[in-house]
Amino acid sequence: MFSSAPYTMHERLPSLDSNSDWSRLIQAYQAMALIRCFDKKAVNLQRTGQLGTYASCLGAEAITVGAGLSLENHDYFVPYYRDHATQYLRGVPLYQILQYWGGDERGNAFPAQTPAVRDLPNCVPIASQLTQAAGIATKAKLCHESAAVLATCGDGATSRGDFYESLNVAGVWQLPLVVMVNNNQWAISVPGRLQTASQSIAHKAEAAGIEGIRVDGNDLPAMLDVLDYALDKARHGKGATLVEAVSYRLSDHTTADDASRYRKASELHAAWQREPVARLRQALVDAGHWQADQEKQWQTHCQQEVDKAVQTYLQQPPQVPTDMLDYLYETLPESLQAQRTVLSEHAGGRHA
Amino acid sequence: MHSAQRDSQVAIPLNLVEAINRALRQAMEDDDSVVLLGEDIATNGGVFRATEGLKEHFGLRRVMDTPLAENLIAGMSVGMASQGLKPVAEIQFMGFIYAALEQLISHAARLRNRTRGRLSCPLVIRAPFGGGIHAPEHHSESTEALFAHVPGLRVVIPSSPARAYGLLRAAIACPDPVLFLEPKRLYRLQRLPVAIDDEPLPLDRCFTLRAGEDVSLISWGAMIHETLAAADQLAEDGIKADVIDVATLNPLDRDTLIATAGKTGRVVIVHEAPFTGGFGAEIAATLASDALMHLRAPIERVTGYDTPMPYFAMEQQYMPRVERIVAAAKRCMAY
Repeated sequence: MFSSAPYTMHERLPSLDSNSDWSRLIQAYQAMALIRCFDKKAVNLQRTGQLGTYASCLGAEAITVGAGLSLENHDYFVPYYRDHATQYLRGVPLYQILQYWGGDERGNAFPAQTPAVRDLPNCVPIASQLTQAAGIATKAKLCHESAAVLATCGDGATSRGDFYESLNVAGVWQLPLVVMVNNNQWAISVPGRLQTASQSIAHKAEAAGIEGIRVDGNDLPAMLDVLDYALDKARHGKGATLVEAVSYRLSDHTTADDASRYRKASELHAAWQREPVARLRQALVDAGHWQADQEKQWQTHCQQEVDKAVQTYLQQPPQVPTDMLDYLYETLPESLQAQRTVLSEHAGGRHA
Repeated sequence: MHSAQRDSQVAIPLNLVEAINRALRQAMEDDDSVVLLGEDIATNGGVFRATEGLKEHFGLRRVMDTPLAENLIAGMSVGMASQGLKPVAEIQFMGFIYAALEQLISHAARLRNRTRGRLSCPLVIRAPFGGGIHAPEHHSESTEALFAHVPGLRVVIPSSPARAYGLLRAAIACPDPVLFLEPKRLYRLQRLPVAIDDEPLPLDRCFTLRAGEDVSLISWGAMIHETLAAADQLAEDGIKADVIDVATLNPLDRDTLIATAGKTGRVVIVHEAPFTGGFGAEIAATLASDALMHLRAPIERVTGYDTPMPYFAMEQQYMPRVERIVAAAKRCMAY
């Protein structure tokens, strides 16, 4: 049926070839282990009332780390809300990621002098970031930048018009855009088979006239291969790519969700057998590039880094209540001064 | 308060859509980061010809015909604006703007706020709005109040060629997102002198079009035309009207509105949009609290009816007419 289909399945683990860039794979493993440690802590913080609703990235580590390592500094990253490792690798400190999920917009004020400074913040309204990514890709093309734009979304997002509208314009205008779908099988409680009758999400690239690649999202080396290829293609003006990274959401949708209401324990158990962090660790160990003592030291390091981030997060001074008005316009309109005064008086200064 | 008349050495006669075109051209000449996007705006020059000749002058890289998707146009504009471009997007008719609502409300209006100033969104969305030109269904709506309710989104409505030029230049120069609503009934109504200079008009001030001490007529957009005609009729009966063009619904120049109510004590608010929850209600509420002791009569609102904009066979029955405005003003005088 798809005789000229652009879609291909790309899978590499466990047969890593001898040309693998082992230092990059070790770096990737370290980031994956760190973000898993962070993720566990973040869920615990929410359970103890120290964080708001949090979207876990458990099971998506190869995807979000792969994105962070494949992006170059001058590229643009346009996330949905489950790519904490990508944000971290782009220069957002872990405490600031907690600050965002702690209900504080200062978590989106990414530090200057890092690649993240131009990146868009997390996008909660599903798929609406994709049209924005197409706009950024248009800007990169108009300004003759050799930069790529990587936008991410979940499988549920592929049901929205925004998804198709973005792929469509990327095809027409040959935009330097890569849209990566984390197909983790579940959009909260709705499984993929109820989202689409398409043979795969990657096939949806066909209608937009762009290349679609399906990749094992639990396979870090495969993720790097595919993203390196797609981003490089974008940077060289060779058009857009849809990447479907097939994974499994090992967590609840967010901390506000209880997946046991709609998901079989046996399915979850089976998915854990393919989880990406242990899989890459085993491949590194088997190849003789990662030892037990390294593992122990790295886990200790991760715990220390996360504990430090939590400390920094909890020690941040409260926001000034008037910030909610002061950052709305470049200059606060005169007509809002009266409201600002009321807010300032009733919020009791800095201790709202 | 700003006078509608502007001193200038260079004033040329333009109709409203020509003034829009002129403002776009001048903004693009002055600033390379200004780009246009929308449906049918490049080769066709826009269905109302607002962008006529701009593709030929600035090229397809800066005047972009997009695929037919309003949500895409708005989302791409947000993305471009977040990275330093100044997109000026055309939504072909306001009746089609609702697909872009999520981008305007959830993203454009709050990007600066939610990144605490790290990113901003200096886009302009232009859309022809309002009825009276016998257009197809969904081509004649006036839903400005929906947008004026959104914090962070500026809503600007010109009512003359000069204000179209000056306000659009200001909107494009503005570092905040602006919804620029063009009263299409006025597009080709008349040519009036437009000052072509670099001084933009303020985006937070009403314009006093006529001064009088008996009654305040407050309006915006195409209805300014009926409102001025009503003021003429009232003058024949010796009633002198203050005529205020609100022009910027958000932010709202409450001071000018309170001042005119304080001066005349009688207020008629005129808008084409439906009555309930229309922007006139916000103005009436402002005056009821901040000018109460000066009011000599209940505030009158002359508006469209609480019905969908009728298809064109009945649109004249829907639109507020001069007689209704005059009658409302006389009720105020007789109270």
